[in-house]
Formats: sequence, C-alpha cells, structure tokens
Amino acid sequence: MPSLLDAKISHGGVIVTKVEDLLNWSRLSSLWPMSFGLACCAIEMMATNASNYDLERFGIFPRSSPRQSDLMIVAGTVTFKMAERVKRLYDQMSEPRYVLSMGSCANCGGPYWEHGYHVVKGVDRIIPVDVYVPGCPPRPEALIGGLMKIQELIRHERLGLSRKEALQKIAAKTAPAEEVIIAAHPFNANVKPTVVERQEKETEEATA
Amino acid sequence: MPKLTPEQIHAIIREEFGTEAVSDLDNSRTMPNFTVLDHSLWQPIAYFMRTDERLKFDYLACLSGVDYNDGTLGVVYNLESLAAYQHKIAVKLKCTKEKNVVPSVAEIWRTAEWHEREAYDLVGIIFDGHPDLRRILCPEDWEGHPLRKDYKVQEYYHGIKVPY
Repeated sequence: MPSLLDAKISHGGVIVTKVEDLLNWSRLSSLWPMSFGLACCAIEMMATNASNYDLERFGIFPRSSPRQSDLMIVAGTVTFKMAERVKRLYDQMSEPRYVLSMGSCANCGGPYWEHGYHVVKGVDRIIPVDVYVPGCPPRPEALIGGLMKIQELIRHERLGLSRKEALQKIAAKTAPAEEVIIAAHPFNANVKPTVVERQEKETEEATA
Repeated sequence: MPKLTPEQIHAIIREEFGTEAVSDLDNSRTMPNFTVLDHSLWQPIAYFMRTDERLKFDYLACLSGVDYNDGTLGVVYNLESLAAYQHKIAVKLKCTKEKNVVPSVAEIWRTAEWHEREAYDLVGIIFDGHPDLRRILCPEDWEGHPLRKDYKVQEYYHGIKVPY
C-alpha cells in the first residue's frame, strides 16, 4: 500500500481513501510515548528526543501522563520494586496502546540475568511487548528503527485482525538477520553462508 | 594536637577500656584495623572515639556488612577524623549467623542510620537500638538477604517469576 502522501491526491483537493487507512495514518503520525526512563537507556531515549535525532519530525513527543500517551517505551532496567509501578502505568494507558522494550535489561534482564536478584528478567513477564530493541543501550538509530516498527504495526491494523496476526504479518515480511548483515558487510570473509546459499548447497549434495 | 598513628589510636582505646575490650591492632597496609571483642562496650567506645579530644573521629566514611562464609557475619566501620586531625582507622565487629545482633551506632554517627539499614537489608545483621530498622533497597516483603553467601533467590515475587 502506498503511503497517504505518495498517493496522487492533487485532483481538486479531494482525497479518496479508506477510513481505516486515514485513521491508521493519523495515529502512527502522532505516537505519544509515556515519558519515563528507568536507567541508562533513558539517557539514550532523551538524546533521541533532543534536537540531533529530533523525534518530533515523526510526531513523537513524550507526554507526562499515561492517560495522554499511547506508547510506552520501557527504557532501562526493571527492578521488582519498579515492576508494579510499570504495570500500573500500563493499566492507566487507554487502548489502543503499544509497548516498546528498549535495551537488553528490559528485553531479558541483560547483564543481571543470572545474579541480579532484584531485576525482572524481561519486562514481558509483566506487560505484553510489541517491539524489542536490542542494544546496551541501543543507539538512537536503533530506537528510531523500533519506533518505525511500531508505526508499521499500526499501519497493518484492520478491523477483525488481531495484534498478534498483524505482528506475524510484519515478521513474515522481515528479511533474515544473517542476510541483512551480509548485505551491509559484503566484503567480510568470515560471514556465514546465507540461508539461501545453505539450502542450495544442501539440495546439490542431496542430488549428487 | 598532632595526627595520630594507628598504634597510638589503638593504645588510647586500650588505655580507656582495658586490654580485653578490643583485639590487637591489625596493621594492614590498606587500612589498619582492630576488632571490638566485647559487644556491650562498642557504643561507649564509639562515643569515646567521636568525642575524645585526642581522637575526634567525626566522620563515618563507610559502614559495610560482610559474610565471611564460615558462619560468621561482620560489620566494618571506616572512621576518619575529617575536621580535626585527618587520621583514619577501621573498626570491626563480628557475630554469628545464629546470633546476628550488634549494637547500633546510628545515634553517634547519623550516617550509620541508612548504612545499617542497608547492612540489615542485604546481609541480615540486626542493629540493636536502631531507630527505624527497615529494608532500604529491596522491597519490604522481599524474602532473604541477597548478599549472604548461601542466598537462594525466591521462585516468585507477587506472581512474577524471579529466576531467569
């Protein structure tokens, strides 16, 4: 589907579109995240909000109340003491709401996974997470990438299509990580063969 | 008044409280220290160390709880005379895991109030006479003392799985 601005809309100032597309476009163009940070990832999140990376060009602007926000960026280490507060803030947000887990700690416990008695080993143990951004902490580019994944998720939303199905649709379109890495570093001799190459080799061996 | 050596500080305390009250001086290169053997004398010794004209230990730089992993727990007090003489010394107290009570010095150095709460929270040492001995870092209903060597993390906390 072409985005709304790419569509030919210069015919007499009239736009013909589906209501769903218009609503999705307007929602994904004004994602308002909950303004709260838990650890060093929050510093990176603030840097992304500031002028160099300028999240406001995507209409993303932090709100200081869960009632006004539709995205929760869990930026940092979630301790058991904080877990109940995170859960409560999530419950106070109105639907439709999205959760982005930022950094290793929020994804899986990060460096505290084994001996960190006080750390929740992944924020998905308390609230449902839509997008995980890896990194320790992730660079602003990575966070922006994650936010664009959220936008893509909103773009896929339809009446009668569950969030889970929409996420599966996005995942089906995603290229395997290995191929993305090889595409970015074509001259690296140590890279593993791509999935396609491996399959070709296997079929060659099977036929031989 | 001059800055005192650890030997002189130790001698002053022995002179005041007797040879049985404290152990011999351990003249460690990193931090000279002695152990208070009679727990009932620790509060008088602490008050004496803070107020005596020759010692004036007005600053409790750090208070640490220790698990020695042989059934013994300990508290280490790093003391400094910051305003007067700039001399330093460390004082140790030891107790067993079964009888894990030591006297509190929160009334003598106010710094000790939160430090003792931390040692109670993480190592499980009970400070007798502390004005408000609650956990300070872990949640109030947390089970166990995490920095004990034999600590095993609980399975669930408020319905959230704790181990990885």
